[in-house]
Amino acid sequence: MTARRPWWKTALGVVFTALMLFPVYWMVNVSFTKTADLRLSPPHLFPLDPTLDGYAEVLRQQLPNLGTSLLIGLGTVALTVVIAAPAAYAISLLNLRGGRTLNFVLLVAQMIPGVVMAMGFYAIYVRLGMLNSVWGLILADSTVAVPFGVLLFTAFMSGLPRELLQAARIDGANAWRTFTSVVMPLSRNSAITVALFAFLWAWSDFVFASTLARNSALKPVTLGIYSYIGNNTTQWNAIMATAVVASIPAAILLVVAQRYVAAGVTAGAVKD
Amino acid sequence: MTISAAPAVRPAPDPKPSAPRPRRAKGGGTGGSRWVAVAFAAPLLAYLLAFYAYPLIRSIDLSIHDYNVRAFVQGNAEFVGLKNYIDVISSPLFGQAAWNTVVFVFGSLIFQYVLGLALAVFFRGNFRLSGILRALFLVPWLLPLIVSGSAWAWMLNSDNGIVNSFLQAFGIGQINWLTSPDTSMLAVIIANIWLGIPFNLVILYSGLQNISGDLYEAAALDGAGPWRQFWSITFPLLRPVSAITLLLGLVYTLKVVDIIWIMTSGGPANSTTTLAIWSYREAFGTGQPDLSPAAAVGNILIVIALIFGFIYLRMQRRQEQS
Repeated sequence: MTARRPWWKTALGVVFTALMLFPVYWMVNVSFTKTADLRLSPPHLFPLDPTLDGYAEVLRQQLPNLGTSLLIGLGTVALTVVIAAPAAYAISLLNLRGGRTLNFVLLVAQMIPGVVMAMGFYAIYVRLGMLNSVWGLILADSTVAVPFGVLLFTAFMSGLPRELLQAARIDGANAWRTFTSVVMPLSRNSAITVALFAFLWAWSDFVFASTLARNSALKPVTLGIYSYIGNNTTQWNAIMATAVVASIPAAILLVVAQRYVAAGVTAGAVKD
Repeated sequence: MTISAAPAVRPAPDPKPSAPRPRRAKGGGTGGSRWVAVAFAAPLLAYLLAFYAYPLIRSIDLSIHDYNVRAFVQGNAEFVGLKNYIDVISSPLFGQAAWNTVVFVFGSLIFQYVLGLALAVFFRGNFRLSGILRALFLVPWLLPLIVSGSAWAWMLNSDNGIVNSFLQAFGIGQINWLTSPDTSMLAVIIANIWLGIPFNLVILYSGLQNISGDLYEAAALDGAGPWRQFWSITFPLLRPVSAITLLLGLVYTLKVVDIIWIMTSGGPANSTTTLAIWSYREAFGTGQPDLSPAAAVGNILIVIALIFGFIYLRMQRRQEQS
């Protein structure tokens, strides 16, 4: 009987969720705490006497870093979609020879540890003088998203009705025209999912940022927080305020695009 | 990354490979010429060669030469064959790092899976607000790892952390979570379990959706309680999904760097140094990048990851065929 909805399950669910989200709550709580109160024992459980000092620090110090992260995120999204979508079209709808092999290569590519990729990129960038550049980070960050993007687009495009494509062809559309005016508009949802994850990964990236942009004038915000922790371990309210601000994209995603997020996670591993 | 993406696996979601397509007759496709397809795929092929194959070749190249900083810029490092690998494996740290990796990976996976499964079963019965609550469970997975890592580091702080002050209320004395070699591994595993629960929950929940409700109704008619239903229906039927979730989690947990590095940097006294952390520290953790041994450790890690990766792919293919 699905009509019977026991209230105790809802209550229990709320408790579980509260436990799970406690670290996030604590981060927010600390971000509003006065520096003098940080060392209180026991600490205040609620921001009874809130201060915006931490956030003032963020504005003063991290604004350029947030801008850099935004730029890197958007660049990664653009690069990922531009490379992944046409390739997926070729694999799924144009009978690309070796398409299955390519799929396999992409799955394996996702398993390669980021540390190793970072070392390879480091060795290459040293020679090319691309260390500490936004472009270098966009390229490196995109390596996480491109295989995912191709596989997700391919899975979706394989399901498009072939009649539509044949109709486009009869109307005189060539492969490029079909791609831009039929396939891509239909793949809108997949494109959103791919773009969301590409952005989130680039925005969250720590390994590439901490290896390829260590001395950069333009730091991503993840590195901003990290050097913060290293430099002044006393100002945890400012660190947590930066962390809260750095979580904003994730929060927006969850509110605006939850179904795309779930689609992205389950796209893996489980058949339908 | 993620990537790593996985818990700490930043478990990058991993799209399933497309099922084998029925072969279409020649020319029955959309674009006509084979070269059109190649043209569309060309950017990806060039990309994979330039930004996957080339960095990997460079990392192999690093591991079989003796690179110091000067040789690095001039490009005249001495060829040393497998010496870096032999040095790394015979180093006393190798055994410790390998053991730490095993503890970290399995400690994380078991609890992520058990808690993820318990929550998936709990959320299966649709109740009021269940959709919203389930969505909120995704939050830890979406946060940048630097954010979760620093939040946990502050919560587990010895003197001012909320965890210790909570434990004190129960009369438990101060635990030096991150600064004692006895508890540091436990601390990073706890944080990593928290990070991995959402991934396990989402995948196992969607696996549960494929189990027919009729089975449970029939079992209930036969008098089976919830506990019996779980062990006789849910768990056996979920086994393929479970295997895939665990293997994918394993591949992603092996390569975790961020969360450990942010919380402990592999210390104290190497107590949280996994193979991935060791490689990262040799290469980037100190002022002097020592890339050759780092690359050797990294390449050993690739081999381990790929072994389990291939088992995963085989298992997934078999599941799709059935």
